[in-house]
Amino acid sequence: MNTTVLGTEEAEASFDLGFLNEVLAKTGTSTAALIPILQAVQEKCRYLPEEAIIHVAAALGLSVATVYGVATFYAQFSLEPKGKYVIKICDGTACHVRGSIPVYEALRKRVNLEDGRSTTENRMYTVETVACLGACVLAPVITINDQVYGHMTADAINIIIDTLGQEGTEHD
Amino acid sequence: MIKTRQDMITVQERYGQALQRAKARFVVCAGPGCVASGSLQVYEALVQELKERNLHTTVDCLLEAEGQRDGVITVNSGCQGFCQLGPLVRVEPEGILYTKVKADGDDVREIVDAMEAHTVVTHLCYHDPRTHAIMPTEQEIPFYKHQTRVALANCGIVDPEDIRSYMQRGGYQGLATALELAPEEVLGKILQANLRGRGGGGFPAGRKWAIAAAQKTDHKYMICNGDEGDPGAFMDRSIMEGDPHSVIEGMLIAGYAIGASEGYIYVRAEYPLAVQRLRQTIDDATKHGLAGKNILGSDFSFVIHVKEGAGAFVCGEESALIASIEGDRGMSRPKPPFPAVSGLWGKPTVINNVETLANVAQILVKGVDWFRSIGTEDSPGTKTFALTGEVENTGLIEVPMGKTLKDIVFTIGGGIRDGRQLKGVQIGGPSGGCLTESHLEIIVDFDSLKEVGAMMGSGGMVVMDENTCVVEVARFFMNFIQHESCGKCTFCREGTLQMLQILQRIVDGHGEVEDLDLLIEIGEAVQLGSLCGLGKSAPNPVLSTLANFRDEYLAHVVDKRCPAGVCHNLRRLVISEEKCRSCWLCVKVCPVNAISGSRKEPYKINQEKCIKCDACLTVCRFGAIEEVY
Ligand SMILES: Cc1cc2nc3c(=O)[nH]c(=O)nc-3n(C[C@H](O)[C@H](O)[C@H](O)COP(=O)(O)O)c2cc1C
Ligand code: SF4
Repeated sequence: MNTTVLGTEEAEASFDLGFLNEVLAKTGTSTAALIPILQAVQEKCRYLPEEAIIHVAAALGLSVATVYGVATFYAQFSLEPKGKYVIKICDGTACHVRGSIPVYEALRKRVNLEDGRSTTENRMYTVETVACLGACVLAPVITINDQVYGHMTADAINIIIDTLGQEGTEHD
Repeated sequence: MIKTRQDMITVQERYGQALQRAKARFVVCAGPGCVASGSLQVYEALVQELKERNLHTTVDCLLEAEGQRDGVITVNSGCQGFCQLGPLVRVEPEGILYTKVKADGDDVREIVDAMEAHTVVTHLCYHDPRTHAIMPTEQEIPFYKHQTRVALANCGIVDPEDIRSYMQRGGYQGLATALELAPEEVLGKILQANLRGRGGGGFPAGRKWAIAAAQKTDHKYMICNGDEGDPGAFMDRSIMEGDPHSVIEGMLIAGYAIGASEGYIYVRAEYPLAVQRLRQTIDDATKHGLAGKNILGSDFSFVIHVKEGAGAFVCGEESALIASIEGDRGMSRPKPPFPAVSGLWGKPTVINNVETLANVAQILVKGVDWFRSIGTEDSPGTKTFALTGEVENTGLIEVPMGKTLKDIVFTIGGGIRDGRQLKGVQIGGPSGGCLTESHLEIIVDFDSLKEVGAMMGSGGMVVMDENTCVVEVARFFMNFIQHESCGKCTFCREGTLQMLQILQRIVDGHGEVEDLDLLIEIGEAVQLGSLCGLGKSAPNPVLSTLANFRDEYLAHVVDKRCPAGVCHNLRRLVISEEKCRSCWLCVKVCPVNAISGSRKEPYKINQEKCIKCDACLTVCRFGAIEEVY
């Protein structure tokens, strides 16, 4: 599993200003457009490259610190590239009381996530918890790239990762 | 284009006639729960089956060929409520509810067969778990029978993507009524109805509107709060996805009453479908002349924008929400000035919750007296709840204010799963409190919940049984809040961290009795020293569980025991004398030499030394190592 899905250099090189200009043409450059612009960049690049933050700040006439401040305030934004598979473990109240944390821990162990990291070394998986996905009846619930899986257990998550692992290598 | 009330009635009648001409209407639930259990595939399979039998039709076909009969209409609806038994399919006009329908296998074919033969597929119907009686229609099923649907009146029934379907249910007639009145008269009606905010606080919507209406400025804003941050709540999501026009209509009426011409709906980041639906709904309403310029030919104009949140719980708070729309970090601002006086970009701004707004049009259509006849004197109307946790029937419900907790948990919810014991009910999420069995008879409305230290909140209701550890749940909420504090106030930022660390210590087995008083002391300080509702209510789950479940806290700190058997570190590993064969394996693997014994006698674990690494548990081949809580 040493294949790099998306290296930092590649990702940074692939950030194109053309895209940013298209977004700016749609949203305008008022301060109120800041969050929608960052959302568009996050969606396209799966993170906010430093370069993008600097350009956005310049385009909106804001300081880089202001844009950085907003980018780090909201959970949706990440300053690090996310993995190919973003796995969200619902830790809403219902999932929590029905055992989401053991699933979370089994998953982290399975994909070898070290303390404090949420994305694997090879950018294959990002593992995060999220508050309530609104499918409490299927608790505990996870989503993998927005596809919902219910009634999760530590065993089930291992099987899912096995299949993803195979798919992931096939596609590369 | 809809220009007059008469145009609406024409659409309503024609759509209604088209429905009547159909042989049946299959309403497949596409609420979040059902989709996750595969309802979209069920929908496809039903359409496929109907097409193969040449039975599939659409409302448009029926509208075109006025004389034509027959054919079955299929709809993907919003949440029908009984998520526990999804995927759900309702067959109209009979109102037969099929549960746990599977896309593969015979279910779909049997449903179509039964529809043609005017019979019922009994094995897909709801069975009463006690009497085993088969209950084919919603009217018979206890889960539905005891509910009253106002905010959810259309959710799960209308086609959320067809404005005509909403009009067929009388949609936009509230707006028509409002525009026939003066703004003050509309305001007067909402005041008289005493519609209280469903977003948590219960503040009368009419009072808020009146303050904004009284401001003399060129521009005002109306904001709909769809941030729904309570982890364990999905009511607002269900309304936005399942009946988005009712939210838009409520906003239009509110905008008219306060004299606003622009509005925002702020939707939580995790709800992409709601965002997409609302955008489409606004487009449709605008195309039909029901939003945008000169609505219904009047001189009232109102444009609506959808704003996606970016994942911050505190943005549910009014002033933080405003900061977020302005493009800033979502941090709360001191009040006064209240948003109704100076809000978005310094202009008077009214913020109402999704569910509050979903009630508005119906008050105008059905009247103040009708609304006040539901619920209690001081909390008229209904409230939706997301009923989840260890209760038999989980799902989305709506009940008149003033039902008892017992009605909700036992009559509608069907009691606790697998016949276990009720321990507590957490109402109001991380800002709320935990009620116990002794509160079962209290009535659920804004004021009586406050009296017992809980709070309506947005309406997440999580039922806990004897296997839930309340201390751990309190830690869970504190962890959530601590992460979500915006960091402005020292007490909220640092106090919640201290409380979290203490709670963590307790569940890890290192708590002391003094910690309990310390929690109360810090909790009270956080309540006093915080600017916004997040900090002010953050200690609620801890303080209410400390008040109601002190014994359980004491078991953790004094006996170092977790009675619910949840806190891992508070287990003891012991060796069963009967099962132990003195094989020595565990002694060999124990990293701290905590196990002793001789060949012929059962071995023992020295609890002082044991670090609960579970090495012995994994290695024992006779199942002799037992976990004792
Ligand atoms: C931390 C915090 C989170 C909140 N989250 C929400 C929310 O998700 N949805 C909501 O409608 N109101 C939320 N509120 C309440 C709002 O501030 C506001 O009172 C409400 O939207 C007003 O609408 P209403 O009067 O119709 O209830 C929250 C308040 C606080 C302090
Ligand atoms: S109470 Fe907490 S969330 Fe509210 S303003 Fe203060 S620090 Fe921010």
